[in-house]
Amino acid sequence: MEWIKLIGILIILVGFIFKFDTIAVVIVAALSTALVSGMSLYEFFTMLGEAFVNNRLVTIFLLTLPMIGLSERFGLRQQAVILIKKIKGLTPGKFITLYTALRELAGLFGIRLSGHPQFVRPIVNPMAQAAAKHTYGDISKEDEDKIKARAAANENFANFFAQNTFIASAGVLLIYGTLKDLGYKVSDASIARMALLVAVIALILSAASNWLFDKKLAKKYNKIKGVDK
Amino acid sequence: MAQYIPAILEFFYILIGLLSMMTAVRCFKDETNSARIGTGLFWLILGVVFAAGKLIPYVVSGVLLAIMGVLTLFKQVKVGQLADISEEEGQKSAERIGSWIFFPSVLLAVVAVVISYTPLGGQVGIGLASIVALIVAMVITKAPPKTALEDTDRMLQSVGTTGILPQLLAALGMVFNAAGVGDVISHAISGIVPEGNRLAGVIAYCLGMMIFTMVMGNAFAAFTVITAGIGVPFVMMQGGDPVVAGTLAMTAGFCGTLLTPMAANFNALPVALLEMDDTNGVIKAQAPMAIMMIIIHIILMYVLAF
Repeated sequence: MEWIKLIGILIILVGFIFKFDTIAVVIVAALSTALVSGMSLYEFFTMLGEAFVNNRLVTIFLLTLPMIGLSERFGLRQQAVILIKKIKGLTPGKFITLYTALRELAGLFGIRLSGHPQFVRPIVNPMAQAAAKHTYGDISKEDEDKIKARAAANENFANFFAQNTFIASAGVLLIYGTLKDLGYKVSDASIARMALLVAVIALILSAASNWLFDKKLAKKYNKIKGVDK
Repeated sequence: MAQYIPAILEFFYILIGLLSMMTAVRCFKDETNSARIGTGLFWLILGVVFAAGKLIPYVVSGVLLAIMGVLTLFKQVKVGQLADISEEEGQKSAERIGSWIFFPSVLLAVVAVVISYTPLGGQVGIGLASIVALIVAMVITKAPPKTALEDTDRMLQSVGTTGILPQLLAALGMVFNAAGVGDVISHAISGIVPEGNRLAGVIAYCLGMMIFTMVMGNAFAAFTVITAGIGVPFVMMQGGDPVVAGTLAMTAGFCGTLLTPMAANFNALPVALLEMDDTNGVIKAQAPMAIMMIIIHIILMYVLAF
């Protein structure tokens, strides 16, 4: 009956599928797991409180929000658009690769961006669509959607695979903390260095994939236009 | 210097707690918010747990967290009236300030990285850098403190309840661990993985992170459990380097994030934001990369950790 301990995972699964409130689902999952493994309510609340308080480090990024809020108000996004517009002759693939590289660089410096609402929707997707129109003329609705998906996906690649290159990122702190709890004393700088390798590989792969995407679009639309470039 | 780190961090937590309480007061006073009492309570409780977490008994913090869960469950936490920022204002100051607007962000990064190389470490670095960067941002933009506070409230509320999710999931991971969830999974895996086979151990650790992350929707929650359950017995105790294995395991988990609808923020949110037809369009675009990356992770861990 050891398997009953996995009930928490089942609850999370069901909770997410039916889109119940996330915080409540997580707490209910923790509670059920604790109860089936024989903890008392008192023990559970103590453990939950202790675990949450001792993990406050994970949420220290909240301190960066006031500065980011101010920068946003005073034209951070607008200035980014001005800078990007200065670069000419871009295909959608090249533009998305450029964004991925910049996003990874931001990750290296620990700049936390909630990329989809702040950059992908207002900047990356419109600029990539504009680049497509400029290079190939009008493109089909499916290809428009493919560019959207690619813009969103590359935001995730850059965010995920590069975030641990920053030494104070939540991921590095969690790896460091977990290893320490398990008895392995390691340095956070060596974790960040290892993560750099992953970030570089991810960038190369995503650049290659975007290059292939450009070639596919070029083949399709240049044939229609009857132009050979 | 190292002995001061806990005290400095505690100071930062108190600061975060105070910011959260400020948002609580604004929420309580915000008559346009239909759930102002609940929303105010949510931020007040969070503020108390952050600022006084070390002073009040853990059991009280645990109960307070449960109350936060009840508040969000009954939709009593809503984003209220926020200070608005306008496209015009942004455009105008972009002309006035130019690329200097990036300076505070760059400064944040540089100061944090520099401090991370001192005995104070990266964690203190990010806190100190935040404060320095904020002061510089206020100088560059000539923003009065009132604007800074309004924008802090705007950011806090829009990050909102999902902002504390990573921390809560880390806590969930600890509860799972104490309950022995890692052992159950570890037993199940040990039935499949031949003891002493390094390659099998590496594959189990990477795939375990990916699959468990797909189920949980979050690699942070998976990390504690899978590392204790699979990573330590099947990779680290076979002589695997903990830094290499641990770091690669985390990004192996992110391969799972790319593949799961459970990671709503990353895969469902952009579909809505970009008004795409196919709800799974982003996941489909990510799948080839995720599969290539997990294979690369397995190879890297096998080659580099031993």
